[in-house]
Amino acid sequence: MAEEHEALTSAFSGLGVDESSLLTVITKWRKQPEKRRGFRSSSPFFKPHGSFERCEDDFVRSLKVEFARFKNVTVLWAMHPWERDARWIHHVLHKAHPFNIIVEIACTRSSDELLGARKAYHALFHHSIEEDVAYRVKENYCSLLVGLVSAYRYEGSRVDEDIAKSEAKALGHAIKNAGTKDPVENYEVIRILTTRSKTHLKETFRHYSGIYGQSIEQDFADESCLGETVRCLGSSASYFSKVIDKAFGEEADKNAKDALTRVVVSRSDVDMEEIKAVYEKQYKAKLEDKIVKNTRGNYRDALLSLVGM
Amino acid sequence: MSTLTFPGSLPSPADDCEQLHKAFQGWGTNEGLIISVLAHRPAAHRREIRRAYAEIYGEDLLKALDKELTRDFERAVLLWVLDAAERDAVLANEVVRKWSPGNRVLIEIAVARTADELFAAKRAYQARFKRSLEEDVAAHTNGDFRKLLVPLVSSYRYEGSEVNASLAKSEAKMLHEKIKGKDYNHEEVIRILTTRSKAQLLATFNDYKNQFGNPINKDLKSDPKNEFLSVLRAIIRCITCPERYLEKVIRLAINKMGTDEGSLTRVITTRAEVDMKQIKELYHKRNSVTLYRAVKKDTTGDYEDFLLALIGHDDA
Repeated sequence: MAEEHEALTSAFSGLGVDESSLLTVITKWRKQPEKRRGFRSSSPFFKPHGSFERCEDDFVRSLKVEFARFKNVTVLWAMHPWERDARWIHHVLHKAHPFNIIVEIACTRSSDELLGARKAYHALFHHSIEEDVAYRVKENYCSLLVGLVSAYRYEGSRVDEDIAKSEAKALGHAIKNAGTKDPVENYEVIRILTTRSKTHLKETFRHYSGIYGQSIEQDFADESCLGETVRCLGSSASYFSKVIDKAFGEEADKNAKDALTRVVVSRSDVDMEEIKAVYEKQYKAKLEDKIVKNTRGNYRDALLSLVGM
Repeated sequence: MSTLTFPGSLPSPADDCEQLHKAFQGWGTNEGLIISVLAHRPAAHRREIRRAYAEIYGEDLLKALDKELTRDFERAVLLWVLDAAERDAVLANEVVRKWSPGNRVLIEIAVARTADELFAAKRAYQARFKRSLEEDVAAHTNGDFRKLLVPLVSSYRYEGSEVNASLAKSEAKMLHEKIKGKDYNHEEVIRILTTRSKAQLLATFNDYKNQFGNPINKDLKSDPKNEFLSVLRAIIRCITCPERYLEKVIRLAINKMGTDEGSLTRVITTRAEVDMKQIKELYHKRNSVTLYRAVKKDTTGDYEDFLLALIGHDDA
């Protein structure tokens, strides 16, 4: 009996729900309501309420969320990548979710993928992404975000070394003067980060480390929006592996957990191998093992397939 | 509407190439033949001619034309032979490197094109110049103009006709407030002008006039020397009615002492297949003389013949 209780409790803990062990217990306990009563009285998911054990509201809510994870993976997996990105952005803007999703999408998609997302946004929501971002984001990183989502970066390998060097200095200058002017509102910073090609920016960041001794990610670590931008543009694989790891953490909130689905689905066909390699190096553990440990059921199996188990 | 005229049945691109090649051969050039071919073929056909010419004669048609033609006529023909997207890219690149506030070419390209045409131009720009248009505009402009022009060329406006009436009202109010406070370069002004759809903006401008009595451009005329204001006015005029805007560009080009061939060539080659008919009608209304007569009077030689072929006769 205890092992069934354990099985049930573990089926409900972690991301997703272990549907098959639930089914086993459901089958086993047919016509044995006393077994279910026993589970309810010993489980933290239920509280005694007069003459019966009442189901905790939190438990019901969290069950809804956990059961939906596999559904979400499937729907997102089936959707066109452009529609996915457009819907995520719309969600952020209209439900006040953290802006980092916008930075992530604007900076880690190719120029044509981002254009596609903008087209899909037109079709779905009858506005352009930039008009909604400009209108709804009231914080001081608004100009940066509008620039990022409007970008149509050159994708070739041609880089002007002198410009890369001077722009590295300009970025460094902005960070040194962070006291007088917030770098996220600095027009030179915005210009460089929102118009230059990714190859050019990687060169620029390389020069930055050369000149200042520190990587630009470290220097911008205190700047949340700029920090995200620079990380996504400079080393997206390490950015993604960080986001994934946060989802497994103890203090992971709803957004952090949802990020796991988002990252795995959107990167599965793109650079998942690279992300796995970086993850293993960064966290000394294989991503697949972490997934097996922290997720359950069909959700887990879906993630493992998408990650390339 | 287009003002181009075509022969009853179009010769094959290969035949047209032969004619062009013949026109290049020997002493001098048969400009009349070049005009009779190139000025009377639609864009897709011209693209085929270019491809066929390279295949048959092993040389880019543009290079051949460059060798044979000169000055204004050459520039007009070269621009004409390019694809619309490439044309916009070349025009933008010329202007961006020596940009000055009085230059309106970027505004024309960013505003008097559909969202997809602007994007095609940006793609062509990247292919040709190995940089994005936005990064060049950002690097060669500064201050308020950069704040305005970079979002303007980066925009991908929604193209539908839906209008949110209360939003139009509130944004008209916002614009009025900033204009009254002489806060012309305020982020809200730039946000509204560079991100909203054209239909939404038209509604906003109409609402502005309804609420405050003056059309928005009248209120923006308060300081005639302010270049930024005149750029804002140009953007607003181009959004409101691109044909009228372009008619004015042509009118000023012709009336200018000595004619501004650059602008005249640019507008005619970029609009001949788009809305030259409307521009001609507006020109006639505004100037009491047809565009055909005006161009005939103001230009000479092969350049004149080419432009006239593109804009079509008075009864066209």
